[in-house]
Amino acid sequence: MKRRTFLKNTLPIVLPALVNGFSLKAWARSSFLPAAARGIGEDRILVLIQLSGGNDGLNTVIPLEYYGAYQSARANIAIPEAKILRLEGVDQTGLHPAMPELQQLFGEGKLAILQGVSYPQPNFSHFRATDIWLTGSDAGQVLPTGWAGRYLNASYPHFPQDYPNASMPDPLAIQIGGLVSPVLQGPVLTMGMAISNPTSFYDMLNDRPAAASNTRAGDQLAYIREMSIKTDQYAGVIKKAAQRVTKQSDLYPAAGKNPLADQLKIVARLIAGGLRTRFYLVSMGGFDTHAKQTDTTDTTTGAHARLLARLSEAIHAFQDDLEQLKVDDRVVAMTFSEFGRRIQSNASGGTDHGAAAPVFVFGSTVQGGMIGSNPVWPEKLTVNENIALQHDFRAIYNSLLEKWFLADSSEAESILLKEYPLLPIIRG
Amino acid sequence: MANYAPISTGLRRYKGSWGQTQATHLLRRTQFGARKEDLDYFLRKSPKKAVRELVEKEYPLPPPPINNYNDDKYTDPEIAPGADWTISVKYDGMNNFRRKNSFKSWWLGLMLGQDRSIREKMVLFWHNHFVTETNTVDNALWCYKYNMLLRQHALGNFKELVKAMTIEPAMLRYLNGYASTKKAPDENYGRELQELFTIGKGPGSHYNEADVKAAARVLTGYTLNYKTYTASFDPKRHDETDKQFSVFYDNRVIKGMKGTDATAELDQLIDLLFSREEVSRFICRKLYRFFVYHEIDPATEKNIIEPLATLFRKKDYAIRPVLETLLSSQHFFDQANYGSLIKPPVDFIVGLCREFDVVFPDGAEYADLYGFWEQLRNQAAGLQQNIGDPPNVAGWQAYYQEPEYDKLWISSDTLPKRNQFTDRMVNNGLGRNGKKVVIDLLAFASRLPHPEDPDQLIAGAVKALYSVELPPEDLQQIKTSILLSGLTGMASDHYWTNAWQTLQQKPDDKTNRNGVTNKLKNLFRHLMDKPEYQLM
Repeated sequence: MKRRTFLKNTLPIVLPALVNGFSLKAWARSSFLPAAARGIGEDRILVLIQLSGGNDGLNTVIPLEYYGAYQSARANIAIPEAKILRLEGVDQTGLHPAMPELQQLFGEGKLAILQGVSYPQPNFSHFRATDIWLTGSDAGQVLPTGWAGRYLNASYPHFPQDYPNASMPDPLAIQIGGLVSPVLQGPVLTMGMAISNPTSFYDMLNDRPAAASNTRAGDQLAYIREMSIKTDQYAGVIKKAAQRVTKQSDLYPAAGKNPLADQLKIVARLIAGGLRTRFYLVSMGGFDTHAKQTDTTDTTTGAHARLLARLSEAIHAFQDDLEQLKVDDRVVAMTFSEFGRRIQSNASGGTDHGAAAPVFVFGSTVQGGMIGSNPVWPEKLTVNENIALQHDFRAIYNSLLEKWFLADSSEAESILLKEYPLLPIIRG
Repeated sequence: MANYAPISTGLRRYKGSWGQTQATHLLRRTQFGARKEDLDYFLRKSPKKAVRELVEKEYPLPPPPINNYNDDKYTDPEIAPGADWTISVKYDGMNNFRRKNSFKSWWLGLMLGQDRSIREKMVLFWHNHFVTETNTVDNALWCYKYNMLLRQHALGNFKELVKAMTIEPAMLRYLNGYASTKKAPDENYGRELQELFTIGKGPGSHYNEADVKAAARVLTGYTLNYKTYTASFDPKRHDETDKQFSVFYDNRVIKGMKGTDATAELDQLIDLLFSREEVSRFICRKLYRFFVYHEIDPATEKNIIEPLATLFRKKDYAIRPVLETLLSSQHFFDQANYGSLIKPPVDFIVGLCREFDVVFPDGAEYADLYGFWEQLRNQAAGLQQNIGDPPNVAGWQAYYQEPEYDKLWISSDTLPKRNQFTDRMVNNGLGRNGKKVVIDLLAFASRLPHPEDPDQLIAGAVKALYSVELPPEDLQQIKTSILLSGLTGMASDHYWTNAWQTLQQKPDDKTNRNGVTNKLKNLFRHLMDKPEYQLM
């Protein structure tokens, strides 16, 4: 059979679908650069933490340097100066008081804060901006593939036909919560699988039967789900990996209290259980704070404070867990949000869609510290003023590809479709 | 055995609510998929009138298949392109192969374009009952005639159908009746006539091997003519001796007859078979499994099968009254039966095209039209239902094999293929000569109530696609993950609403259009990959 005919005939094939919230779909593809040929960087893992809705960066990482201007631009939601958490070795910038754990992590040198992350001509639509971040496109460009999907596609040739195999027995990428994200979309197929929620994960671990089998239709559904699990060749390896880990950090809150912590707890368990999966994607929503972002009586509490507290708590527990499980040297994680919010607050005690915002990168191998400066304050402030770009988000992707995954610069360029600068995120 | 309570509803006429859920249930079971246009039509009637129309209304028989098959290796010298080939009795390897394909594709086309009638569903039912295989019969004309015989009798009289089928060329060929002579009676048809076509193998069936032999001898003498492609009776080959039947048949004897009068023996044999009540029970059980649910528990046997079988006998084996009674019953409309069947592949594939109103080339472009029908037929074959060629004389296992029944349609091979098919129909569809057959999601979503509201869009899509409900947390997750790009909270809904409305106001805004289309694609791929979509 001619190779072209072969590709035509096998394209696309679908692997297992969805069970118990497990979804894996995979399609045939062509490829160019095997990770196995490179040999290094393959045991390294990147965890993406998506903050959906557009996080208000200015109340997350606060410019002490311009406190007066900051306070007057958003008097109804500004954090009192005395309450702002100070960062070790940094005078001009502080953190929201809901994030003492991140303050500590910064002090330990395990947290890098990148200021002013965005891209030229930022888009203010959630959908479009999210797609831009996930695909790594320019503002005016629509890409059909995700940046992580392109990396995996280049690194694991002949996925899925030749997988799982001895050198890559595990899923290439796993998303916890939600359905498979565009970030994992390869040229033809998605490179990842989704565990739709923590409950479905624990149901699978404990062999709990799917619900609703006490009706005629329910009995049929239970059967189809069961067949779907059998079809899913990765269900077994995931289960085995999870079962190897019996003790995890005490810092995680009780299940159901902090959805992000619940997701990261599963990620830590799978990593420590030996999965060689390269990307994990977790997420939390609620950052679209147009109104009542803070309590009116106390601006350090309220909706946004609760979100940041969960984020900080979850990251801290996760990092502690990775260290106790002795896999922290293999894991780097980053947060991102589709955009920041406006400098000036609005009259509803909230903030509208904005542009640049800070990004957190953390891990035991991360070069901790502040990268970039406080936002340059506009001389004349109106409601339309936005925080200016300092770092293109793709420069972070580029740095992670080259310095963490050890891709060479031409490979990183082919994945990101352009050349981007390297940022000092990873130690050594 | 399942662990849920038996259903106590019986054959009394259903007079409960009549909305989209009930009408969809009725149409998915009696047609291939429930089209919105048909739903709207039948929702204006009562359930009683809807069932009556589906079962009673007469439609003309469809036009025959045509020459769609000339290609670079073969041009039919007798039948012009686009002309009816069933008038031809000239057969060779070249045309027979192509006409068989043409016949099977044509049949799939009839399912796609079916009238508002249960007839095409019954054609499939009877095909699975009186199985012949196109590969074995190996003559396109006979296969076509057999198929039309099923259609003519689909809603007629079962007894007449059995008689006509017994001497139908395709069946004589398939079960060797054409080669059964007094010297060497072939028992094949005599056996299947009782085991598979009339008496069955239920608890009340006690015919024996002597009855098989006796029936075989009654049926000796039929031959096939390979010049005219017709069947005839040759008295010289007929066994003229008396045929003794067993105690199950009250030890009755069919007197041996001579000459052309001997064909009357067949009438007597049919009368003998139909004098056993078991025939009515056997067929009613099979209809129940095809139209309602695979498992027949003692309550169903008592409340449904027995009274239906009695009615079937009382009406002298007329098919319509039985169907009408079953389909308009409280039992049929019992909530417990919604979504209780796994879609057979043909329902899955043809139903998808009909429910999404997928547009095909018109009849003038018949070569492409047949080509697309063939592609769909091949998809169904890949899912293990190759119409015209069931796996054996008993039909597709999923319709009869205890205890799994329709679960057999779903395997580690076919489930991914089902997902692949729906993904493909959402993404790029089927292609041929630069033409495309694909789901138009923007059009479909526009027909749903309030597509600008993400909750109503998802609820409407779920209601249109599924025969069961989805838990609220699933609906919420689908909304957040797919339509709202991860945004949560009530206030987020307007982001979808804006995108949808922008599409209506500025249809040329390409970025927005792509965004909305991609979200719809993700939504429908996801909904159709879920196990719920496999049910009807």
